[in-house]
Amino acid sequence: MELWYALVDLLPFEWAEPGRMLFMKNALLAVLVITPLFGLLSTMVVQSRMSFFSDALGHSAFTGIAIGSLCGLAAPMGSAVIFALCFSLLFTWVRHKTSLASDTVIGVFSSTAVALGIFAATLGGGSFTKFNALLIGDILSVEPGMIALLLGILALILLLWVCCYNNLLLSALHPALADSRGVQVFWQEAVLNAAIAVVVTLSMTWVGLLVINSLLVLPGAAARNLARNSRQYHLFSVLGAVVCGIGGLMCSYYWGASAGAAVTLILALYFFLSLLSAPKKR
Amino acid sequence: MSVHNHPGCGHGCEGLCCLELKDMGVNLGDAELLHGVSFHLHCGEIVALIGPNGAGKSSLFKAVLGQLPHTGTIQFQRSDGKRSRPVIGYVPQSPTFHRGDPVSVLDFFAAAIGDWPVFLPIPKKLRERVRKCLERTHTEGLMDKRVGALSGGEVQRVLMALALEPLPQILILDEPLSGVDVEGERQLLDMLDEIRRSYDLSILFSTHDFATLEPFADKVLLLRNTVLKSGSPAEVLSSAEFQEVFHLRLGKGAE
Repeated sequence: MELWYALVDLLPFEWAEPGRMLFMKNALLAVLVITPLFGLLSTMVVQSRMSFFSDALGHSAFTGIAIGSLCGLAAPMGSAVIFALCFSLLFTWVRHKTSLASDTVIGVFSSTAVALGIFAATLGGGSFTKFNALLIGDILSVEPGMIALLLGILALILLLWVCCYNNLLLSALHPALADSRGVQVFWQEAVLNAAIAVVVTLSMTWVGLLVINSLLVLPGAAARNLARNSRQYHLFSVLGAVVCGIGGLMCSYYWGASAGAAVTLILALYFFLSLLSAPKKR
Repeated sequence: MSVHNHPGCGHGCEGLCCLELKDMGVNLGDAELLHGVSFHLHCGEIVALIGPNGAGKSSLFKAVLGQLPHTGTIQFQRSDGKRSRPVIGYVPQSPTFHRGDPVSVLDFFAAAIGDWPVFLPIPKKLRERVRKCLERTHTEGLMDKRVGALSGGEVQRVLMALALEPLPQILILDEPLSGVDVEGERQLLDMLDEIRRSYDLSILFSTHDFATLEPFADKVLLLRNTVLKSGSPAEVLSSAEFQEVFHLRLGKGAE
């Protein structure tokens, strides 16, 4: 962290002066770790048409935390990760088992998770307000230990991408063809869903539950308008997420608004700008 | 396009590589999709599968591919008499790529045949390997096009190139002619004939286009939950079973 602080001190901003505003420097580092993570996952969420699913996952993460605090756990984050993992695997399984359309299955799971979360949070006359912080998120309160954990997750997702991206892509493009070439389509989906579940749960506290899905959808959606192949797709998605993430943090610092919301608004701007260039490639 | 006649065709598998289905059936829940299906597919042979929608053509393919559980036996025998799992190239039915998919033909192909993750810059060697594969169906010029921008015929040819890597003993095509215009149809059939000659593999395909059967297929199987009739194109097309399945159906529909 000392090295990072020394590096940031070189920047010509008032908050970057040596020894001041450590929370802002932590937040900047966290943004630099979280945004590429979401940029990567976003390519697959958009390609596999899973944006509704990732939204439902956010709800389940909240439910995990509510259940965790109900059981009196000191760190409900652990129970939230476990709950989100179970939720994503159960969902993948049910989707493969039934002939229902996937948005119907998501609808069932999403509303069940939210209801369970509210039920657990308010059980015995509890107040819901203590969970309000989760809805908005606060990147400025992120701590070095958490950043290290997120960095570890980023490394894991990169590893997953190197090992499985081809199979994930094939499963998303054409499940029957992937199957005939020996790809275990079910497990590809399960692993991707589990990865999204873990990332959403761990970032929720910092990004905010209400806007976290935008980070999973917007970078990929914008990159799709610009890219002609997989390399460009990833470049535009990851780079877009990082630049918009830094921009959003700056806006929130100077104007005093929620960082998560600011990042989302800038990403939305990126998306609408990308739309302008989209017709050219048709 | 002349008909390949292999000695021993239709007399079991002696001394020839051959796919043999014996009393094969497929059940899905309570529904019996296929029952009592028996036939031989020899190497170099082109066999067409015809039948009304829901006759079980796709189920038969899936059973041969090992994607659906089946009863009875499906066996493959190599030309040296040993039994083994065959390499099967599969061209699925009318694939629907989204128009906006940011995936080039090169990405799609490389993802399917190689271990190199395609979101990273693609090495020259892999690019060359993909080009070689695409040359088999004369589609190397499409390499940098997006898959969503291909025509129906182009998609079929790219998928055919993919099905030929690794080189299979059996090539299965699920309605390769649907969504392809007349010009593309001609090209596809010529290419299939060329592939069969160059690589000496068996081709099993399904179609609704009976006009293409006569010069092209060695054998036709009329399927409706089981094999109703098999034989040369002329035999099957003039059979009472064919009349019954297609004409009677049309008659009923017109009522």
